[in-house]
Amino acid sequence: MKKQDLLMVGVGGQGIVLASDILSEVAMAAGYDVKKTDTLGMAQRGGSVVSHVRIADKVWSPLIKEGEADILVAFEKLEAARWSYYLGQGSAAIVNNQTTPPLSVSLGASEYPADKKIEDILKRSTDHFYFVEGTRQAIELGDIRTLNMIMLGCVSSLLPIDVKIWKDCISQRLSPNILKMNMVAFDKGREEMSRAGVR
Amino acid sequence: MKKLLSGNEAFALGAYHAGVMVAAAYPGTPSTEILESIAQFDEVYAEWSTNEKVAMELGMGAAYAGVRALVSMKQVGLNVASDPFMAASITGINGGLVVIVADDPGVFSTQNEQDTRHYAKLAKVPMLEPSDSQEAYDLMEVAFDLSEKFDTPVLVRSSTRISHSKSVVETNRKRRAAAKPAAFKHDVEKYVMLPVHVRLRRPVVEERLVKLTAYADEFPGNKIIKGGKRLGVISSGVAYHYAREAFPEASFLKLGMTYPLPQKMLRQFASQVNRLMVIEELDPFLEDNIRALGIKIAGKEFVPRIGELNTAIVEEAGYRAGLLAEPSRRKVSPPQGLPGRPPVLCGGCPHAGIFFVLNTIGQRSKLLDARGKSEAQSKLIITGDIGCYTLATYPPLRAMDTTGCMGAGIGQALGMEKAGVEGKVVAVIGDSTFLHSGITGVIDAVYNKSGVTIIILDNGTTAMTGHQEHPGTGISAKGKKTKMVELEKLVKGVGVDDVKVVDAFDMKAIRAAVRSSLESPELSVVIVRGTCSVRLKKRTGHRTVDIEKCDDCQTCLRLGCPAIQKLDDKVYIDATLCAGDACTICEQLCPKKAIGPVAASGGSK
Repeated sequence: MKKQDLLMVGVGGQGIVLASDILSEVAMAAGYDVKKTDTLGMAQRGGSVVSHVRIADKVWSPLIKEGEADILVAFEKLEAARWSYYLGQGSAAIVNNQTTPPLSVSLGASEYPADKKIEDILKRSTDHFYFVEGTRQAIELGDIRTLNMIMLGCVSSLLPIDVKIWKDCISQRLSPNILKMNMVAFDKGREEMSRAGVR
Repeated sequence: MKKLLSGNEAFALGAYHAGVMVAAAYPGTPSTEILESIAQFDEVYAEWSTNEKVAMELGMGAAYAGVRALVSMKQVGLNVASDPFMAASITGINGGLVVIVADDPGVFSTQNEQDTRHYAKLAKVPMLEPSDSQEAYDLMEVAFDLSEKFDTPVLVRSSTRISHSKSVVETNRKRRAAAKPAAFKHDVEKYVMLPVHVRLRRPVVEERLVKLTAYADEFPGNKIIKGGKRLGVISSGVAYHYAREAFPEASFLKLGMTYPLPQKMLRQFASQVNRLMVIEELDPFLEDNIRALGIKIAGKEFVPRIGELNTAIVEEAGYRAGLLAEPSRRKVSPPQGLPGRPPVLCGGCPHAGIFFVLNTIGQRSKLLDARGKSEAQSKLIITGDIGCYTLATYPPLRAMDTTGCMGAGIGQALGMEKAGVEGKVVAVIGDSTFLHSGITGVIDAVYNKSGVTIIILDNGTTAMTGHQEHPGTGISAKGKKTKMVELEKLVKGVGVDDVKVVDAFDMKAIRAAVRSSLESPELSVVIVRGTCSVRLKKRTGHRTVDIEKCDDCQTCLRLGCPAIQKLDDKVYIDATLCAGDACTICEQLCPKKAIGPVAASGGSK
């Protein structure tokens, strides 16, 4: 596998840190060197969250260079637009179809970009972007907290790492009482991607 | 065995394997998880100390008694702990004393950007710097050995990027047994710093520094990595990794010990390459100290001294120094004009109600201007402190005027009052921060007959750093029940007569308590108590907006609650963020009674 730089972005509280942890453990279990680093604001919830995951035979810097990310995994649409400039040549973006207006939008001080604008911004960096219904699927599963496993399922469709390794790492990380539901969520994510045209 | 560990987890495991017996800390991003991780080991005594000063003193005591002790804190924590830290330098230790201090280049969650390496020079103690989790793990054993060999506390500098990055660690050691049981050997000339004993210890400290300087050339973490002759890069910490990517053809001198410097090695390295450049984060610490040896070197004229570095910034510096070709600039620029998403108080935050009151008291009619915009600034002078509640500075709450350092808000309020500002000054401070360093301010207020209002925001945890226990929670760092320090008893005990406790989710009670305190000339303390919403185990009855009743007055939006959102002119409540029955503040505020539990009002979104 060539180097893979993955940027996972979203809103605090969406489970991004756990998702990027598991992704890193998967990469390590598959025999790669890996570094991951989270950039969190001061708050527990609601702020912009960015997690860098770098996978290669040897990784130096934990931070991905702007314009060199291979995969953008966005848990929220505005965050997808905000961070898409990190993507490089031949890259792809997975975008959860969720709108979470920041406070400035709710207060009427700024405007949430229309879907068309978000797509236009994404198109500046890549032609390969996939809108997935992660939030809707998670709510249908009965627990919004399964969103991160759905998104991991999506990511797994783009990386040449055996599904068994993914599932082993998830099993090791989650407590048994929520494992079954999250495994279903992971598979839902893979289905979302095949629906979006990725096999 | 290979493990994926954060820098902080690696420090903890490394210290555990190095036989550490006592660990103490006060939570502080990005250092918090060191103590959290080490608290999981049964053989180690680990505590959340009241503040960093106590943690340092505890570490000194344990080390004096001959066992290995680890003290960890963020960089500003060392300011608090600097007094005992300087004392530990002059007395020396007995068992190893390692102090991990995590810097925050880029200021992700700190009130300044200070470079801790200066403290090593000030205290004349060694400074070690790992560059990733593997080195964090490996350095602990070395640090304790060094501490005992040279009878000195050892500083270890981490940074946000090292503490909070995860990478693969080969954890090949086992826990080393303590060399000897704790025992204190009486030695007043070493441990009692009367001036006459200080005069005996001063030459010892200077001789120690000379020996450490000689040892730096043998230190296993200082190494030359041979590459091309054209450029030699000297670096340490995570900056080394950026430099490796930016200058693939250079030779490197990687410093694991950045004070004192390996003088022979530096001269040798300088003679092997045509040009020398230092790549370091924040101040030109290595640069200045290397230049003082008479070695010609480039550095901060090209590398920024503000903020954290990354590979692109180092490449840019290399280009400007004429060492690299012009870096291929990225073709896509960051998109402009998108709404930002700054950190906010969480949905159901127990701080929202009190700040809404502080913002609006005395100016209820000015909630919104003609365009429906809400930029109202509080009429009160509100001195603030360090915690989640500092976020109440932002609109729409806008109810904080100062934030400098832990505990400062109370003293600042006293200063403003004594200076003679008009009206009552209000100091707000969190429970953990209050116990850390607020109580001395209250004692001062009692003693010096102040009439300020002190509001303690008691959410029963140290929330911002990730919910650590503190003396007010009655739970230890190991998760065991212990004796609890009760805030109301504490403030009454030091002589505050007017002490009120109110429910953080009862808007009427909060308003009444604040108003009565503001109207009284006496010193008063209002404790606003409510559980941090992130810690709610169960969420029931999330609120919803009945759009039939809603007249879009936007009062609820003025809370700044992230669950209350407005898109396409419709106000709604995000069920996944709402704390529901535990909060209900928006319901209490709504003038049209348009907000209620989801079942009662039909549950539309």
